[in-house]
Amino acid sequence: MSATVELDRVSADFGSFRAVDKVSVTIGAGEFFSFLGPSGCGKTTILRMVSGFIAPSEGHIRIGGEDMDGIRPNKRPTVLIFQNLALFPLMPVWENVSFSLEMRGVDKAARRARAEELLKIVDLPGAGNKMISQLSGGQKQRVAIARALAVEPKVMLLDEPLSALDLKLRQHMRAELRAIQKRTNVTFIYITHDQGEALAMSDRVAVMSQGRLQQVAKPEDIYNNPSNGFVASFVGENNVFDGRIIASQTTTARFETDLGVFEAAFNTPPSSDQKLRLYVRPEYARLVSTAPEASNAIAVTISDISFEGNFINIHATTDQGRVLTVETRNDGSSDIPETGSRRYFTFDAQRARILADETQAAHS
Amino acid sequence: MKELLRRYGLTLTISFIVIVAFWLLVLVILPYIYLFEASFRLYLPIDQVNGPNDVYTLSNYSTFFVTPIHRWVFLLTIVYSSAVAAISFVVAYPLAYYLSKVATNKIVPTLFLIIMIPLWVSEILRSFAWFIILSLKGPLNFALVGLGIIEEPIRWISGFQSVIIGLVYTYVLFMLFPLYNAIQSLDTNQIEAAGDLGAPWWKIHWRVILPHAKPGIASGSVMVFMLSAGSILVPSLLGSTNSRWFTEIIQQWMFESQDWNTGSAYAFLLLLLCTGFVSLVMRLFRVSLSDIAR
Repeated sequence: MSATVELDRVSADFGSFRAVDKVSVTIGAGEFFSFLGPSGCGKTTILRMVSGFIAPSEGHIRIGGEDMDGIRPNKRPTVLIFQNLALFPLMPVWENVSFSLEMRGVDKAARRARAEELLKIVDLPGAGNKMISQLSGGQKQRVAIARALAVEPKVMLLDEPLSALDLKLRQHMRAELRAIQKRTNVTFIYITHDQGEALAMSDRVAVMSQGRLQQVAKPEDIYNNPSNGFVASFVGENNVFDGRIIASQTTTARFETDLGVFEAAFNTPPSSDQKLRLYVRPEYARLVSTAPEASNAIAVTISDISFEGNFINIHATTDQGRVLTVETRNDGSSDIPETGSRRYFTFDAQRARILADETQAAHS
Repeated sequence: MKELLRRYGLTLTISFIVIVAFWLLVLVILPYIYLFEASFRLYLPIDQVNGPNDVYTLSNYSTFFVTPIHRWVFLLTIVYSSAVAAISFVVAYPLAYYLSKVATNKIVPTLFLIIMIPLWVSEILRSFAWFIILSLKGPLNFALVGLGIIEEPIRWISGFQSVIIGLVYTYVLFMLFPLYNAIQSLDTNQIEAAGDLGAPWWKIHWRVILPHAKPGIASGSVMVFMLSAGSILVPSLLGSTNSRWFTEIIQQWMFESQDWNTGSAYAFLLLLLCTGFVSLVMRLFRVSLSDIAR
């Protein structure tokens, strides 16, 4: 069971502060959808509006086509997994899991049985009699998921539930969450500031900044074709160059910076007076010994090599003193230059992007 | 200790310690020891004190157990003090919940101020105020009759009801503050989670908030109960001809019969029996002392 979630020009005001500004997006039934953004971007407010804890100041939220205006959290087909999980510490695990059934007046034996079933789904069989304080972080996570599944929700809302876990467990739980979502086919709306989580788990990602949607797309499109400078720099690393367009074709433009003129992909219509920047991801840049024939090359000196395990970050300083970063896979095939050697920093025009800072105008 | 010396120097530190020690020893501990010792001695004419008849005995204590009227008054005191604690809880819980989870941060200090202001007036004056409010031709009856809620003025000061009203008013804050602290410490997400999982408001209170607030309820109840059972002012000012409080019996022993020995014995009995009663109730509700101290 799952349902679509439709946000129709939804805004939220706290006094004079607009936390969410005319957000419109339709999340498909059974989709794993993430809102990604820095803290304070309004993503948690969206989640709380969908779950019913806050009423939108403007706009409508429809779940499964039904307007949720005025419907309280306990009457919505949604369930929220809180950032701190909000498990009930004074109840044993099974009572936590079956709390929603108890509220519906299901008798104790049936509740016990259902709790055991759900604990099996989340891979915690037999933990029913434990107290919450006896569980590890990952186990608490599973109990929270089981408790949410007991509601048989059409939409599951998750507020950064993995943020308290250590790295290994977090990666494991990512796969687990994804698997549970596929198995139950419930619509998942996931809130995170962690781009890795959003990209790895989601069918689609909405990147947010200052209460506005910056881009809604599949993870690979968010990363490969960011719609503006905010998305490009929030998701992944970049070498960023200030400058201006001096000539443009249909899909590329020549961009003049104080390090030279470069050619790069450009498909944003040149809008008003927005500042444009050139973004080159470290893994799309290369270091070569001889100046390439194409224009995109900057003479650099290798200043620092930082070994990160599966990849290597090479920092190269231009003659003007700018530090650029090139990322190379640690697969033994790439030639790692020595510190102090001279190279050319180069990139393909199609892999570099000229982008405006941020989507300023509200979606309407 | 070192910190104290460093901050205030030798002279001030020693004066602090001497003052506190004097207060504790001379004004608290010694009187108790004196009364405790006196409670085991007989009330004798002055010329027999320290004479052959002045022996240690439990007879002052046994007086209580062989005097049915005293046992009865003690029982009533315990029952009505429990009622005071229960009523204080009913009054304080919604207020504590409102202050800790509903009211905005902006208004809470103002509300606390409003709650605290009556405490600045002495307990005697407040009890007298209630005496006037509750009197037959007093403002409460006047208002109730005027509003047409009752036909005839109610004789409030009869039986124990005026004592209970007075005690609740005097000690309700001792219930409010522990409750407020307990509910305050509950993660608001838990309340929201319970609501999100389909709990109606009263079940949220029953299953999530009340269990969490149990230590606060316990410490508030113990305080209100003990203070009520030990109160002398309110029962003597607001009591009627047919209400008797155990502390009034102690007072009679001491000031009317001049028998400090039996009076002390009764005072220690009150302390002992109330402590026993409280521990019993705490065991019944499965609260331990460490929960309260939490």
